This record gives sequence, C-alpha cells and structure tokens, in this order.
Amino acid sequence: MAELKLPADEETIRELTVGDYVELTGRMITGRDAAHKWLLEGFREEVAPFLDGTMIYQCGPVVRKNDDGSYDFVAAGPTTSIREEPYEAEVIRQYGLRGVIGKGGMGPKTLDGLGRYGAVYLHAVGGAAQVLAAAVKKVERVFMLEEFGVPEALWVIHVERFPVMVTMDSHGGTLHETVERESRERLGRLLNSETNRT
Amino acid sequence: MIERDRYVELFTELLRRASTQLPSDVVEALRTGRSAEEEGSLAQKALDTILMNVDLARQQVAPICQDTGTPVAWIHHPLGVSTRELGEAMREAVRRATSQQALRPNAVETLTGRNTGDGAGRGIPFLHFEEWDRPEVEVRALLKGGGSENVGMQAKLPDNRLDAGRDLEGVRRVVLDAVVQAQGKGCAPGTLGVCIGGDRVSAFEESKRQLLRPLPDENPVAKLAELEAILLRQANELGIGPMGFGGKTTLLGVKIGSLDRLPACYFVTISYMCWADRRAGVRISEGGEATWLS
Repeated sequence: MAELKLPADEETIRELTVGDYVELTGRMITGRDAAHKWLLEGFREEVAPFLDGTMIYQCGPVVRKNDDGSYDFVAAGPTTSIREEPYEAEVIRQYGLRGVIGKGGMGPKTLDGLGRYGAVYLHAVGGAAQVLAAAVKKVERVFMLEEFGVPEALWVIHVERFPVMVTMDSHGGTLHETVERESRERLGRLLNSETNRT
Repeated sequence: MIERDRYVELFTELLRRASTQLPSDVVEALRTGRSAEEEGSLAQKALDTILMNVDLARQQVAPICQDTGTPVAWIHHPLGVSTRELGEAMREAVRRATSQQALRPNAVETLTGRNTGDGAGRGIPFLHFEEWDRPEVEVRALLKGGGSENVGMQAKLPDNRLDAGRDLEGVRRVVLDAVVQAQGKGCAPGTLGVCIGGDRVSAFEESKRQLLRPLPDENPVAKLAELEAILLRQANELGIGPMGFGGKTTLLGVKIGSLDRLPACYFVTISYMCWADRRAGVRISEGGEATWLS
C-alpha cells in the first residue's frame, strides 16, 4: 500500500504489516503527554469526532500564527512514544483511533491494544521536522491551546502524503522487539569474543 | 567595547544557524551511511527522509527538528569582558530566536508544568565561561535535543554485569551496552560524547563538550583515537540502524575525552547526540566583526 486515506476502516488497517512504508492523506490530530492524560480524565465529547477512525500524532510542533488568525506548522517531527504507554491502548479503545504516529515504538500494553481494537503503530522519522511539516497542508482547529501551550495542544490537521513506516501492527508484529533482540545477541558476541577485546 | 545589542544580534544569528543548518561533516556522514544501506530498506528510506529534511531546513531557514533542544554554549572571553553581560545577551538571544521561530518555546517550569513561553528558564540556556589570553570572544554552541538526552547515561566501573573493569576494555563494554540500551530512541544514527573519569558533574559537561568536535577530527590521545574507531565500527555492527529500523548506520561518530578522577571513582559518562547534530560557532573580534566557525 502506497497511500493510506484517513479516516480509515478497521479492515484496511489490519492489512498493514511491519515493514510497510505508507503515505497518509487526510485528517489527523496531534497529542502528547498532557493531551493523553487529559483525554482519559473524562470522555472529551468535543474532541472525540476528530479522533474517531484516524491517527493521533505524538508531536509537539513549532507553529506560526498568521495575521488572519490561521495557523501553520513550521516544524513537526514526532516525539518519543513510550511516554504514552500507560495511556495509549485506552485512548485507542475509548476514542476509536486507528493508530498512533510517533517514534521509538511502544510497549506490550499498546501492542495488545493494536491487536484488540484493530489499530497500527506508525513510525515517523524522528527529527524530520521540515519534511513532515511540509506534508501538513492545513491546520483545521486546535483544542486546549491556552491551557497546554503550543507543543502540548491538540492540533487537528489535514496532511497529504505524510511519510511513515509500520513498525507495530495489529497481528502482534513489532520491528522494535526484533531489532532489540538481534542487537543484544550481537552485543553478546562483541563482548564475549576474545579477539574483540581492546 | 562591543555594545550589548551587537552580542544579542550575533548570538541570535548563532542560534538560528545551529537550528537550521546541519554542519557539512554531519551531512557527509549521513550520505555515507545512506549509501551503505540496502536498497529499498526502511533504513535507507529513513536516511533519505533525513537528508531531504536537512536540505529543506537550510533552504527555508527553518528548524531541522521541532525539538530545538537546550542551548548549551562554551564561551571564551578576554580579561575585562563581563561574563554577566555575555550571559544576559545569550538569554536575550534565546528569547529573540524563539520569538522568530528559530527555536521552539522549550523551557518548562518543572514544579508547575507551565511553559515559560520564551525559551529561557532556570538553567536554560546552559553556559560555560572561560577566560583566555586572546582579544576575541568565541562562542561554540550545541542545541541538545531532549529525546537523545533521555538516552544519555553515567556508568561506574567496575560493572559486574558487563564484566567491565577499570580500564579501556571496561569502557568499551559499557559504551556498547549503552548503545544497545538506546536502540533508535535517541534518533539514531547519533554521535556519542564520552567522558572517562571526572565526577558526576564535570563528566557530563566534558561528555557534551566532546560533541563540539567535528566528526572527521582525530583524537590527539592515541589510545582514545583507537578506542573511538573501535567503538564506532562495533556499534555499527549491532544492526540497530537509523531510527532503530535495523541497518548498518547506528552511529555517526564517537568522541572521547578524559578527566582525572578520585581514587574511589571511575565514571564513564555518555551524552548521546541525535542525527540532528546541531552545533555552531562564532568568533567576535574586538571591533565586533563576526567570523562563523564550522
């Protein structure tokens, strides 16, 4: 699959597997630490329609406010996902998310949630703030800007051809676990072999 | 005598350059890494995205990464130049660069969770001053991202788990283990700044200062130069790859310094710099003329 339209249905999401490269087009929403906590402190009716069937992008953007009151994303790379591990599976369940975009991968609780509710973890390239901001074509609205500040607010955005890699899927697959296990085996060899000693 | 405004202007420009222009040696290392990766792999895709991003940031004079990091600067000054004034000028420059979107408002009050809104805060920026004999003021700055800061660490030797004793072989063992613990989470391929020895404070400062060195330079201490080469090669055999997607490019560089230590202590301190290895420098003459350093 080259392009994935958002919002997406469960069947489409379940077709994705670890190692796929995808480009997203459609509506999604940003949210990081404060947003995740807030989304679970009570069901947020006003934001729910913007989460249903789409992705939450774990991102604290740099945003420019234009003279006409509209906003543009100036820089928008992913933030580290694992901080949302306590919340993410529950956010997916309550709000009907089809996936999460971040970096560094997530843990067993989220992986279980992906399988259970039909969602996917998409890895954006960390630090690629300009490439990713260029794919954000429009800022539709923002929630909790006053309370949380620019990086932590929930920004509803429209993206075109937003590049991501599937690193955790709805079938229990996770690239992060594979790479970590293999690198630990290689480390063992580098530490145990006499020829490698300095 | 240079006016305070001139310092503010030049320091703002320094921060803008650091945030938007990746040093050429880092770009070169990323290109080399890209050509080593398998055609069509996620690793190659990630490096393509990174290289495209670096170009875009430079063209648009926009931040390479939205996490514009902690500004950390080493400032050399002649006798008679006020460090208080230089420090105030740098804080003002951080505020100005933030208001111009060259930096993100990146300082959060720890106890309230409130963003200070202007990029400056208690302990931010972090500045080191040193007087020297030359008439110029020289500033070398890093923008140190938070994701990579989280994977930095300090080990103490001996470490029985790793069979690491108090020697360079012990250092090799804990550093490789740290790279495996970091996986792609520090935005690999990164660069390690390492300090062997020192105390818990001085060692972290030295490990960061090592990150000012250009990637191709050679450590003047032969033993350390050799260890840097070994660690770079072996880290890249771990298969972690860009972003932890798997692949051959896990690190771009390893830079090691050492400080003397107490008999009881033997620390190995690692600062991990993400691929967005943002550093910049400027030398300011007595007349206020700027020479930009790579």
